Amino acid sequence: MNALFLALVITAAQIVLGLAMGCAAFRMLRGPRAQDRVLGLDTLYLTGMLLLLTYGIQTGRTLYFEAALVIALLGFVGTVALGKFLMRGEVIE
Amino acid sequence: MMQAPDLPTWAAIIVGLLVLGGAIITLVGAFGLIRLKTFYARVHATTLGATAGMAAILLGSMLCFSITQGRPVVHEILIALFVTLTTPVTLILLARAAIYRDRSEKLPQLPTRSEPERAE
Amino acid sequence: MRRLVPYPLLALALFAMWTLLTGFSPGHILLGALVALIVSRSMLSLKPEPPRVRVGWAMVRLAGIVLVDIVRSNIAVGKIILFNPPHRHSDFIELPTELRSPYALAVLALIITATPGSLWVQHDANRHVILIHILDLVDEAEWVRQIRQRYERLLMEIFE
Repeated sequence: MNALFLALVITAAQIVLGLAMGCAAFRMLRGPRAQDRVLGLDTLYLTGMLLLLTYGIQTGRTLYFEAALVIALLGFVGTVALGKFLMRGEVIE
Repeated sequence: MMQAPDLPTWAAIIVGLLVLGGAIITLVGAFGLIRLKTFYARVHATTLGATAGMAAILLGSMLCFSITQGRPVVHEILIALFVTLTTPVTLILLARAAIYRDRSEKLPQLPTRSEPERAE
Repeated sequence: MRRLVPYPLLALALFAMWTLLTGFSPGHILLGALVALIVSRSMLSLKPEPPRVRVGWAMVRLAGIVLVDIVRSNIAVGKIILFNPPHRHSDFIELPTELRSPYALAVLALIITATPGSLWVQHDANRHVILIHILDLVDEAEWVRQIRQRYERLLMEIFE
């Protein structure tokens, strides 16, 4: 009974997070300027990481936790590189 | 994929509330990306998911794993620390890039009083 | 001891991260200690300016204030996004600051940006002025007063 309740709630949370990823993707695809697109990508990364964490809770495996950590890392590095590119026109000086 | 760990009732309710609440806060933040009109306003919306949404889901995950494994599981703190340290950095960098681009194109609605050109 | 472990806090943090990621077994504790010792030495070539941090109650109070502020401003920004008040005015403000230590300024930047509703944009090191973007600006002087009273005073206590 408890497991069923929790399964329903977590599935609902995953749907909500999926909608959030949709919003971020909308801003990434539409965004009038380049910085809007990068902001959308950053939000997409963050929300994807949270979605992976909910999968981890659902299956009870810590495998997803490590994937989430890697996504957080890559999202940070990617956004910093893109931000630097927007400012200077090149990534590595 | 409908499955979940079997937790005691109180824990199931708390974990469920935390996870669903965090997801809803994140959705509100992402919705702000669509709703708000200017870039500088949208940056504030991202912070919502990166602080409260992330904290709620990580707390839920910590509680769930601590109960199923029968010992305190705290490695989610690593993600929390990492995200709280890095998200502001990326947002500040993006804001600076945006203000630099807007200045070079002489767009309106910019701070006209200060022109700190390249303070680094 | 100083020469063997030049940055004890960094080494400790690396060791804690290693054990949290791999679990507690004697082999991993040994390996983690080794990694912490070697990797923290790589900071030597960067020669960072040593931070002067006073550990004390000021840190705990700052953390508490920031936590409360993050929760409060999350609710405020969530309301703005959902209900979209018609007379919202967002603008940049300038905050003259007395902080000089780069570490204190970095912490202030993290705090201001992590609270939804305010965003650190730029720090002018010559004029000691910080440019901040506020989502819901009512009174500029009130914001400046709030930031100075709540964060800057405590940061001065910790870092300077």
